[in-house]
Amino acid sequence: MLDEGTYDKLREPRGAGRIDLDGRWHQISPRYVVSQFLQNGIFLALVVIAALIVGLALDQHWIWIPAGIITVMILITLVILPRQAKAIGFMLRADDIVFRKGILWQRIIAVPYGRMQLVDITHGPLDRAFGVSQLKMVTAAATTGVQIPGLTQAAAEALRDTLIDVAETRRTGL
Amino acid sequence: MSTPQPPDPYAAQSPEPTPLPPVPPSPAGNESLADGEWHRLHPLTPLFKGGLVLIIVAGIVLNSFRDRLIYWAVNLFAPPGELEDDAVDYAAADPVDWILANNLILVALLVVLGVLIVLIAAFWLVWRFQEFRISDDHVEVRKGIIFRSQRRAPLDRVQGVNLTRPFPARLIGMAKLEVVGAGTDANVPLEYLSTTKAETVRADILRLASGARAAREARQHGDSPQTRMTAATVRSQLVGSMNGGVNELIGGVDLNDVAPESVVKIPTGRLVGSQLLAGVLWLGFFLVIFAVTLAFTVPAILADGDPDAGFGVLAVVLGTGIPFLIAAVAITWAQISKSLRYSIAPTSDGVRITYGLFTTVTETIPPGRIFAVEVSQSFLWRPFGWWSIKINRMSGKSVAQQQSSSAQQFNIVLPVGKSEDVERVLGLILPDMPAEDLPLVWEHGIFGPRQGDPYSVLQKRGWWRRPLSWKRHGFVVTEFGVIMRRGNVWRKLAVFPLARMQGVSAGQGPVDRVQHVAALKVHSVAGPVLGDVVGIESTVLTGAVDDISRRAAAAVSRDHSHRWAEDAEPERSA
Repeated sequence: MLDEGTYDKLREPRGAGRIDLDGRWHQISPRYVVSQFLQNGIFLALVVIAALIVGLALDQHWIWIPAGIITVMILITLVILPRQAKAIGFMLRADDIVFRKGILWQRIIAVPYGRMQLVDITHGPLDRAFGVSQLKMVTAAATTGVQIPGLTQAAAEALRDTLIDVAETRRTGL
Repeated sequence: MSTPQPPDPYAAQSPEPTPLPPVPPSPAGNESLADGEWHRLHPLTPLFKGGLVLIIVAGIVLNSFRDRLIYWAVNLFAPPGELEDDAVDYAAADPVDWILANNLILVALLVVLGVLIVLIAAFWLVWRFQEFRISDDHVEVRKGIIFRSQRRAPLDRVQGVNLTRPFPARLIGMAKLEVVGAGTDANVPLEYLSTTKAETVRADILRLASGARAAREARQHGDSPQTRMTAATVRSQLVGSMNGGVNELIGGVDLNDVAPESVVKIPTGRLVGSQLLAGVLWLGFFLVIFAVTLAFTVPAILADGDPDAGFGVLAVVLGTGIPFLIAAVAITWAQISKSLRYSIAPTSDGVRITYGLFTTVTETIPPGRIFAVEVSQSFLWRPFGWWSIKINRMSGKSVAQQQSSSAQQFNIVLPVGKSEDVERVLGLILPDMPAEDLPLVWEHGIFGPRQGDPYSVLQKRGWWRRPLSWKRHGFVVTEFGVIMRRGNVWRKLAVFPLARMQGVSAGQGPVDRVQHVAALKVHSVAGPVLGDVVGIESTVLTGAVDDISRRAAAAVSRDHSHRWAEDAEPERSA
């Protein structure tokens, strides 16, 4: 269930000094990238249209500076997005869930199952159209913040149910 | 007070029925409040709250009368006829003169009296509609007249119970009780209760939260040591509580039921001295800002070539210098006054911390509610061998309250202490810490680094990340917790019990990767103790993440401190 229609090769940083945790990583759906491309594209189009209206019709030339900065930032995001998506992974171990992301700036976090306070699934309208959703785990610490984007609908629900089942058996204190 | 009820015939006969029937309050009213019935707060609460509002209003009125008083006083001594002109202004503008002129004093007094009565009636209504109850699993408050609100907090999630005695309330023997919940704005306040009742309620909440059935049985047999309240007259009670309040002012508070030799106290001299040293730091900090300000403004003023430039410089010096001085003094004084008469003592239901000179606060932290502990020492304290201890815990406060200074105080367990105090306090707040971990805290930790100690430290090739403390900067993992040793100028040693750890993460940027190092972070609840170490060899770190996860699972399965007295014997005392 968790591996249906996902990437099949994790993209890892190449340096020998990288953080390397052995195990079976689950990955996210490539449809996440398409959905993000579309969302960012729509936003970019809106920015460009707004800038054109203000800049040409109203003759306000300063608008090119903020519009240009936003455009460049979105384009950079879009360029690295496919790479980033391939680097996102999670692993269900005996006592905890491990989440990883990032290539240049790599981050790995392990959260014990019993520490989970709630599991959130969110999906916007475009996400729904592509059948992807984001799963978020909340613990008593504000900093853990595990968010797995781009899970297929079925995978997100299966993962949520698994997590809650396991957490239920291990809950003690906070 | 509870409403009298006919006694339940089954209560006394069945020693431990499931579900337990509510224990009936006896008609005399000398009963514990944790009986699952609705209770009201102290009947003097509306008078007290109304009185506070009145004092504030009186303050405002007095403030606006100041000019009038000064004028009147000046007029007494000034030769007659000189100040007469000003009086005309008052008569035109001031309602008081208008009232005096029109002979309406009686009416004015009646109006004031009316407002007072309405105010007290309003507070009485608020009091009347506010009720609380403590059942086996929950503490519950309902209040509000038009907008009713009801808050129910589960007892096994209680993070602590605080008893605050503001100075005026202390005089008439009242206290504010606050049940600390886990979460933002999750506290359940009960203001005000009489001090004895508040202590009873606290003991009951803690006993119920501890999972012990002892509380209930003790109450059913009516032999709880806390139920000493006799059905005295209101007057004698009030007199007694007044006396108690005054006595508390002289002696300490809330230490009657703990063994005196187990209490850690701080000599006032040491406390004042340590905070003065901290104040010196603040002063230095402000001096730097002051110097920078002067460096920018004085040349500008002098450059004008004005003959009065000297006055300008003086104005800048005084104008910026005096506020900085006042700020430094105020910060130091606030710290001193809050930590005066500090004591920390063990009770069967957790650690009890008491502090404050006029407003005393008593916090009880049950076992297993402490997420991280840090022992720290600033370089100014080193010659004296002083240390302070901070913890991470759930405060249950709203975001705005968390920023306030009283919330910062909430996380300080030992404001200043010698190393033997530190040792005792660590023993109190981390009772489960095994003895073999102690050298890691002391010899290898606080006084480290030593040759061959087990700490994994910042690699030498990455020294520039912590240029002053890279030899110390490191961590070690035991069965009990993660211990982090950091800082050289400000020495710090943090302990994160694995049973309360919320997660562990590793991070690595491009520079780190080239150097084959990475950063480790242990996550705990928000608080002053941070769990980061940087520059650790990446293979060591990967192993540590695995290790911490595995040991955390084991520690959690061993840990039962969220119901800390579940299997204690029934005859356990309060």
